[in-house]
Amino acid sequence: MTKSKADEEDYWNSSKFKAFTFDDEDDELIRLKESRQAVNSIQRLVEEDDDEDDVEKVSWSGEPVGSISWSVKETAASNQRTDREPAFPKIPTDTPSLSKSQSGYSLSSLFKGETALSDSSIRLYAPELRKPKSEYKDYVSDWSPEETIQRLQQGKTAPLEKFRSLQDKLLLLDFAVSAHDGNVITAVLIYLKRTLSKEVLFRELESRQTALRHFIHYLTETKDQRLLLELLRALGRTEDVALLQYKEHLSIADENKRRDFLKSCLSLPFSAEDSAHVQDHYTLLERQIIIERGGKVEIFQKFPRRASILNMPLITTLYYCCFYHYSEPEGTYSSPLNIRQAFKISEKQYFVTALAARAKLKAWLDVDALFTSRNWLGFTRKKSPLSFQRVVDVLQKNSAPTQVLQDYVGLVEDPDMRISLAQKHKCHDIVINTYRDMKDRQQLLGYRGKVGRGSAEERKIDELLNNQQIRWKN
Amino acid sequence: MAAHLSYGRVNLNILREAARKELREFLDKCAGSKAIVWDEYLTGPFGLIAQYSLLKEHEVEKMFTLKSGRLPSADVKNIIFFVRPRLELMDIIAENVFRCHHSSRDFHILFVPRRSMLCEQRLKEQGVLGSFINIDEYILDLIPYDGDLLSMEYESAFRECYLENDQTSLYHTAKGLMTLQALYGTIPQIYGKGDCARHVANMMLRMKREFAGTQNQILPVFDTLLLLDRNVDLLTPLATQLTYEGLIDEIYGINNGYVKLPPEKFAQKKQGEASKDLPTEPKKLQLNSAEELYAEIRDKNFNAVGAALSKKAKIISAAFEERHNAKTVGEIKQFVSQLPHMQAARSSLANHTSIAELIKDITTSEAFFDNLTVEQEFMTGVDTDKVNTYIEDCIAQKDPLIKILRLVCMQSVCNNGLKQKVLDYYKREILQTYGYEHILTLNNLEKGGLLKPQTSSRNNYPTIRKTLKLWMEDANEQNPNDISYVYSGYAPLSIRLTQVLARPGWRSIEEVLKMLPGPHFEERQQLPSGLHKKRQQGENRTTLVFFLGGVTYAEIAALRFLSQMEDSGMEYIIATTKLVNGTTWIKSLMDRIPPSCF
Repeated sequence: MTKSKADEEDYWNSSKFKAFTFDDEDDELIRLKESRQAVNSIQRLVEEDDDEDDVEKVSWSGEPVGSISWSVKETAASNQRTDREPAFPKIPTDTPSLSKSQSGYSLSSLFKGETALSDSSIRLYAPELRKPKSEYKDYVSDWSPEETIQRLQQGKTAPLEKFRSLQDKLLLLDFAVSAHDGNVITAVLIYLKRTLSKEVLFRELESRQTALRHFIHYLTETKDQRLLLELLRALGRTEDVALLQYKEHLSIADENKRRDFLKSCLSLPFSAEDSAHVQDHYTLLERQIIIERGGKVEIFQKFPRRASILNMPLITTLYYCCFYHYSEPEGTYSSPLNIRQAFKISEKQYFVTALAARAKLKAWLDVDALFTSRNWLGFTRKKSPLSFQRVVDVLQKNSAPTQVLQDYVGLVEDPDMRISLAQKHKCHDIVINTYRDMKDRQQLLGYRGKVGRGSAEERKIDELLNNQQIRWKN
Repeated sequence: MAAHLSYGRVNLNILREAARKELREFLDKCAGSKAIVWDEYLTGPFGLIAQYSLLKEHEVEKMFTLKSGRLPSADVKNIIFFVRPRLELMDIIAENVFRCHHSSRDFHILFVPRRSMLCEQRLKEQGVLGSFINIDEYILDLIPYDGDLLSMEYESAFRECYLENDQTSLYHTAKGLMTLQALYGTIPQIYGKGDCARHVANMMLRMKREFAGTQNQILPVFDTLLLLDRNVDLLTPLATQLTYEGLIDEIYGINNGYVKLPPEKFAQKKQGEASKDLPTEPKKLQLNSAEELYAEIRDKNFNAVGAALSKKAKIISAAFEERHNAKTVGEIKQFVSQLPHMQAARSSLANHTSIAELIKDITTSEAFFDNLTVEQEFMTGVDTDKVNTYIEDCIAQKDPLIKILRLVCMQSVCNNGLKQKVLDYYKREILQTYGYEHILTLNNLEKGGLLKPQTSSRNNYPTIRKTLKLWMEDANEQNPNDISYVYSGYAPLSIRLTQVLARPGWRSIEEVLKMLPGPHFEERQQLPSGLHKKRQQGENRTTLVFFLGGVTYAEIAALRFLSQMEDSGMEYIIATTKLVNGTTWIKSLMDRIPPSCF
């Protein structure tokens, strides 16, 4: 999975992916600086009458004064402070003249009714001011299914109750669907849901995919979970059923109830892989509830927790256990090794997490032990599933002291990377030794200026430079 | 005020004026003084249509945001709710109305963009439907966003279309296009690629038949409409945009034409003034082509922005220096008369220098570089079939989940699906690190086709890449000669399709079109005789490109670049359901997960 070292190096050196680095970094930087300088100098020049109001006034939040969202805040605020003048600054008002645009129509006039353009004036000034109170009274008009749909589409009322036979109802639905107006489709569906048995409705919807989708959307919106599940089941969409049901756990706050709910989800018809994940989810919460209760008091007193571990992700839980339960025997639920086993956490993930947790506690011996392995001769050597560069990174983020850092910097294989890390973390010995091994006299000479005058490092460099045995390459 | 809308090839101000007219008409229906209660989401899109002054002219005296509880007191005749048709909002409205004891109040609802039976039914259930004098709809399908850009600001369109199979947004799209045709003439040619595109075209043709009685007598402004499904090109939004505007959006997020920025860089230190009170509120800026400098630099690769800003700085400095040469009263007067314009330019330069500095801090970071390198590896087809070490490391460091999902999806798209073993490994790592509840999100990504197991052993992405020249080896960021500059090497697939359609035509890429999902098609709409355009020699044609499911700023930049190319002969107007970037797009596909308590 990891690229071999050689590959990686090769990659970095030959990479064609240099795009979007600044080829001439400094040049680009200077250009921005130029523009910054110009801005500053001009600013001094125009300071007296300096205000942002060139075109429109802008309040500090940047919203142009007079914009709607600004005004919402402002009118609401002035409502509380009645003593204050609700000051609406003058803004260059856009005079409501339409002559320039030559657009005499409003948008809706274009579509309301078939002869919109010709009789738009009538439409506009005789708008449909509906009185809902009278709206739901029974009508005596006799519209066909098609006419009914047309009326609904135009926002007019049309009673659906008079369509009693299944055939009429389905006709209504089919006309609604072919009108493509989701709103009308939904209206008909609501009526059908009220007046048809589930079995009939589900059966008819199955052969009407568009209507079916709208029905599902409707049930989702109205949060009619029970009927939705029934529908999906009837359609044989079992995985959707399982996921939908599983999703409900998110709204259960109590951890014990949530755990029991997750347990009940285990038997749902998930896909094979999801089923394994849900099992893990349940096991994790079950464990978290146990872990939450346990632990030695001292460490919690010394490092108080910021939050409970309940409902945290697995890796966070592992970190928590590496922090508070590190040395517990492997048999306990809170032992990191036990967790690693139970959830098959990858070596890399386990390693990074344990490393970060122990470093945070400054338990350097534990850190050391993580890397130590014995080969068959009994020699100890340091091994890591991570690059040592990453290890140094993690340690440094947890403010490891130089003595600790240098052990790991020294293990970075690539000499250039090693030197740059060593310089960054002031591991002088490593820099000096690496230059020595590279027989790079010039670099060593240069580095001499960077260490303290009269320091041990300086003496060491001098010794090396005077050493006649070394065959310097330069 | 919205002059920048009329500078373009197509005067989009006509559309804006039509929308304003309708708003006025609605307000006048409610006679007397008014207060508007806003669904907060709508204030942004409405801001693109009207300012408070317009509302005030029509007796709107107070404005509030919609909140549960009691309405704030206001001495007005009418209370108008401006809301999206959402059930949860209906419950709030019901509570507001219920707890209002003024009997003389008139309540109204204006649904944007459509009325909804569902909502009305909910109001009825809550027992308040009868309290409303007036229930109306304000059809705001396509909102003019800039001189060449229309957006429906319909955030959930992609999710609804591709995950939930709900085509409501397509209906609105078709309606919006009908409106557009009513104002700008019938579009004679329609091309499309994708299932949703096909569906929208069908609805348009059908709606046209229904209006058969009325012939549109407007001379067509658009020659061609191109409908593109977002799922034809899932790759582009996942890549990090590298244009100036694209990066602003990636890093800070542009909302309804506004961006909020960290205030520190914008604090104006005056001489002798201590910098004690640094503003803490984010600085909000409006970004559109009304600002000359922004129009100039927005579509440049970010690496070319520094040079452009410094050039501009020199010009402005020189202009200010002119004052030394102004000797006579006339000259001084002349200078002073230009001051406002110069100051506007100066403040614009200051703002964009600050923004560029902020962005540069990020683009020069190691993290940004590493991420980009991996993206470019994927796009060029390097090692897309293995678990990627960088992604693995990012998960181990618990980088933001969306970043991980963007990369994994990108790898999947560039490999025509991941090997089952690789996919399982990623899923496992993600669920273990970010929480098992993300099973739901991963399932959504699979349904949307962004993440999938490889079904056939044949990966056709390399063929698509080569045929459409999606990767250009030496993209010129400073003086681009190809659209690939917008992603520093990657030419967005969607825009290549657009480019090829204009010349030499899709027939040349039949093979590739078949590899991409959904049908491709061509339709013609008859024009009444006499409306056939007589084209001047050398006159450009105009194409409206409609992205169903979202478009990125970098894609827009690429289309603008094509419009400006001397020999392209084509100008593009862009329309979309929503302006997106990889982050907002993935977010729209995630299942809402309650914020954790950590």
